[in-house]
Amino acid sequence: MRIICEFNRLNNYKICGNLFKIQLIYMENQHYQAIIIGGGPAGLTAGIYLSRAKVKTLILDSSIAGGQMILTHKIANYPGVENISGYQLSMNMLNQAKSFGCDVMSGISIQKIDFESTIKRLELSNGKQFSSDVIILATGGRSRTLGIEGEELFKGKGISYCATCDGDFFQDKEIAVVGGGNTALEEAVSLTKFAKKVTIFHQFDHFQGSKYAEEEARNHPKIEIHLNTKLTRFYGEDSLESVDYIDVTSNEIHHQLFDGVFVFIGYEANTEFLQGRCIELNKFKEIVVDSNLQTNVKGVFAAGDATTKKYRQITTAVADGTVAALNAIEFLKAL
Amino acid sequence: MVLPTNLKHLATANELTALINEKENVMVCCGRMGPMCIPVYGVMHEIEPEYQHIEFRDMAFDSPEAHIIRNLPECRGFMGIPFVIYYKNGKVAAATSSIQSRDQITKILDKVFVK
Ligand SMILES: Cc1cc2nc3c(=O)[nH]c(=O)nc-3n(C[C@H](O)[C@H](O)[C@H](O)COP(=O)(O)OP(=O)(O)OC[C@H]3O[C@@H](n4cnc5c(N)ncnc54)[C@H](O)[C@@H]3O)c2cc1C
Repeated sequence: MRIICEFNRLNNYKICGNLFKIQLIYMENQHYQAIIIGGGPAGLTAGIYLSRAKVKTLILDSSIAGGQMILTHKIANYPGVENISGYQLSMNMLNQAKSFGCDVMSGISIQKIDFESTIKRLELSNGKQFSSDVIILATGGRSRTLGIEGEELFKGKGISYCATCDGDFFQDKEIAVVGGGNTALEEAVSLTKFAKKVTIFHQFDHFQGSKYAEEEARNHPKIEIHLNTKLTRFYGEDSLESVDYIDVTSNEIHHQLFDGVFVFIGYEANTEFLQGRCIELNKFKEIVVDSNLQTNVKGVFAAGDATTKKYRQITTAVADGTVAALNAIEFLKAL
Repeated sequence: MVLPTNLKHLATANELTALINEKENVMVCCGRMGPMCIPVYGVMHEIEPEYQHIEFRDMAFDSPEAHIIRNLPECRGFMGIPFVIYYKNGKVAAATSSIQSRDQITKILDKVFVK
């Protein structure tokens, strides 16, 4: 008879029968009172509050702790700290969370989740399993990419998402900027310091940026504007050489030579692993929360840029992390 | 000219040459202190203890000494910082341009510098 016993520290116990063989599988499961997914400012703040309240807490991050803060060279609007690099602020928050006993695991990938049961469970790609009484989702966001052919291939070889980083590679070159918000318009103007010509491609018939930014771009002698257009493909050998774009009003496809393309088309929430699951997302795939930052699932809270909110800043993420953690503590007390 | 990171720095081309001649596995991130580079230094700093068979260094992209990296044939067509070079036995085994995620970096490390 084959008996497989699967158990973990929560004493879930299962027996399956088969002849002549006894096999015991011990599936190690670590239980925390709270698990925070995402170690940006929202997640780290929640970690600080929970651990300080003696709640056994784990932060899981798919990359390195700090989130989008580490993309910022200088943060000048975090109250009480005049000027600090994003990396340093991240390390300060991380060390503060750890000093209160918060466990942090980075470079992980979540494979399976079950958040609907009273005990929440998740499994990582390396097979490690965790369970908790409370989950805080703080997965933040990232720059949107175009997702068209050749984009990954020419990233860093003509395609860039940062004008201040890479602008000087395009001295006297012809470049394109994709986007129609303030960032796209302002960066297009700043790139004229280097490029001999900048063409802005925007998919709508009007810009979304401020009147001032739009006028600056429209009046600039080095800037040409193509509204109602979408880039569809990148071409090149060692580096980017040309693009295809479609005129969305006529559906005509055009081909144009460019040495570089800068993409500024906004941000999106990191919620792929939640899509099609129990957690409610809005049409932008952001996590829907109430004023207590509680999601539609009991015991699952969400904080920071991944949620439905208007202003996405470090201060607002930190505030969300605080509110989610304090509500999570109250939830745990009531269990 | 060195970068204010938590990594060990390379200030001169000679230092880099000596290092790759002496050590089998070397990863160098040549960049500035901007949003595409800082996350890569952060990843290197964090994975350093796990990858003790690899030497991790940074180098300032704007230092004249960084010509040793900027002018590598493997960097032809690179137009995004940081330039990250993986040296195996003194030779370039892989090179990337612009920001890379932790996953992308560790994939290269596991492939190029097999333990
Ligand atoms: C270039 C740039 C400059 C900025 N400058 C400023 C500034 O000067 N001042 C300011 O106030 N704000 C600034 N911001 C905005 C600010 O950084 C964000 O609003 C803030 O970081 C959001 O915090 P968060 O914790 O919600 O998310 P994030 O900072 O995005 O952190 C989310 C974390 O979750 C992790 N994660 C994502 N998906 C998963 C998953 N599936 N599993 C596990 N972990 C996951 C990510 O790796 C990341 O570490 C800037 C943003 C950018 C991009």
